[in-house]
Amino acid sequence: MRAVTWQGRHKISVETVPDPEIVNPRDAILRVTSTAICGSDLHLYDGYIPGMRAGDIVGHEFMGEVVETGAGSTLKKGQRVVVPFTISCGQCFFCERQQYSACDNSNPSETRDASELMMGHAMGAAFGYAHLTGGYAGGQAEYVRVPYSDVGPVVIPDGLPDDDVLFLSDILPTGWQAAVNADIEPGDTVAVWGCGPVGLFTIQSALLLGAGRVIAIDHYPTRLALARKYGAEVLDYTEVNVREALDEMTGGIGPDACIDCVGMESHGFALDNMLDHVKAKLYLGTERPHALRQAILACRKGGRLSIPGVYGGFADKFPLGQLMEKGLTVKSGQTHVQRYTGELLDMIRDGKFDTVSLISHHAPLEDAAEMYRHWHDEQNSYTKIVLKPGLQKGTIEAVQAMEHA
Amino acid sequence: MTYFNDRSNPDPFLLAAACVGLAAAGIGLALWQRHRNAEKSAFPTDAPHWTKERKSDRALFGKSLLVNRPREELFAAWNVRRFPEFMENVVAVEEAGDGVSRWTIKGPAGREVTLVNRITEKVPGESIYWQSTPDSDIANSGEVRFADAANGRGTYVSLILAYEPPGGTLGRLGAKLLQREPEVQARRDLHRFKQLMETGEVTSNASPSARSSENPTQPHI
Repeated sequence: MRAVTWQGRHKISVETVPDPEIVNPRDAILRVTSTAICGSDLHLYDGYIPGMRAGDIVGHEFMGEVVETGAGSTLKKGQRVVVPFTISCGQCFFCERQQYSACDNSNPSETRDASELMMGHAMGAAFGYAHLTGGYAGGQAEYVRVPYSDVGPVVIPDGLPDDDVLFLSDILPTGWQAAVNADIEPGDTVAVWGCGPVGLFTIQSALLLGAGRVIAIDHYPTRLALARKYGAEVLDYTEVNVREALDEMTGGIGPDACIDCVGMESHGFALDNMLDHVKAKLYLGTERPHALRQAILACRKGGRLSIPGVYGGFADKFPLGQLMEKGLTVKSGQTHVQRYTGELLDMIRDGKFDTVSLISHHAPLEDAAEMYRHWHDEQNSYTKIVLKPGLQKGTIEAVQAMEHA
Repeated sequence: MTYFNDRSNPDPFLLAAACVGLAAAGIGLALWQRHRNAEKSAFPTDAPHWTKERKSDRALFGKSLLVNRPREELFAAWNVRRFPEFMENVVAVEEAGDGVSRWTIKGPAGREVTLVNRITEKVPGESIYWQSTPDSDIANSGEVRFADAANGRGTYVSLILAYEPPGGTLGRLGAKLLQREPEVQARRDLHRFKQLMETGEVTSNASPSARSSENPTQPHI
């Protein structure tokens, strides 16, 4: 089969590799029909995530048709399913408490040692995301093996197109959990850093969960326009002093909840971020948490901080005293996707979410290398890319030309 | 003038005296520290197999895992016949009667090692203890214990293993590098036992890659 592979920093190639096979009774094999490139794939692309090996198949947002099942799978051939990016057994201490991304069994014995050394405890597993999280092949491929297929995959009813439901795999539940973790109370002001796909779903989720207003922060006009379309007030951080603006917009107290949808590769022309950039270039550090630092300082006293953004290790210049003195509550973590997919599928069917207007491009799987380059370099015009294994090489469709804000 | 000369060329006698003084202070500090530690270790710990100071020539290793299944079920499954299902390095286990079993296990660099162990005590539902016999290639002893976790949270399974590393400390380090060291293997096997008991299968990341050395049906690191 053909598959998108990581070959090194800024090196993605589409290769012919062996087909996946059923190895365990609860496995299923999918023929992938749609697979998206995630913002966190850029962390792999930029070489920020340790534990990648040349030749790894990437991709953790995908859906497809069941073509083969093991004896213990509950899926049936021909079913259309969306697969959560987190691999979860459903039966360990953590899964029983619906903390699916912390699954204690999905990260195999062979790969968990390094993860345990780095994090204190071995992380759960994910598709196509480095060997610290299991070393499983990803779904940017024609076929993919899905372990524990009786727990994760969401069977999609007929009549719902791929674009409507594909994001149940990651970014929609991630945005939803980000807002749930902000413990929003009616009338709250919620500030969201980063209007990438997760930020855009966080905005929609925060409003559905009762936020009085959402203030979104980014600098790409197209992304700010989408944020406004979904109901947020917007701040372009290149135009305004964000902290001053947030204070002024909240009568001096600051937002009740702050959500960092940026993660380890923050943009922003500020002294702390320039130092982080230098350290990252010299391989002295991986984290550039400029947005998170700003969120802590901006948040109101006794407020809530939710961190869906991905971080990989140790951060410095971290405003710990500010976090403590202001009495903030912090919630974070990889998304417990399986916990939310049922209710979110119902909400998609009820038209509560706009899941399609952030898709800017459909492209063939064969053009993945070029698409990664665009996704990395042109974040204004490429807001979400969906790869299609079936499409002829070169048939890239720009779904929409966004008007600039 | 002499004042400056004195500063740049200190009296060698004084310098030596200062060095002796520092060394004495250092030794004193070390002795005091040791005395303090000795005093501290008089207080018994509640984790006797996980202490930093180990009074044995054998390599000692202990690992405890919370397994989300009832104690009796786990005790029943900890059975010689099921070991090859989750012990990756075990090629075969034959029962020789009278609680004695012969184990063929994979050693470093493709070698095979035979262990002959005798169960010395078995408390049904709770613990199993064993000692190697003189026929064993590697002298070893160990125990596995099963204890209820509070409020139906499953069972703590604790494995304690002591063995005489062939080749001593250096041999053990070499075996660790080759991922064929008993501690590494036992830790991973215990986790495979947990996977098998909780999910019904041993987790595998077997999947394709663009690395020609790998097979999509075999797990990889």
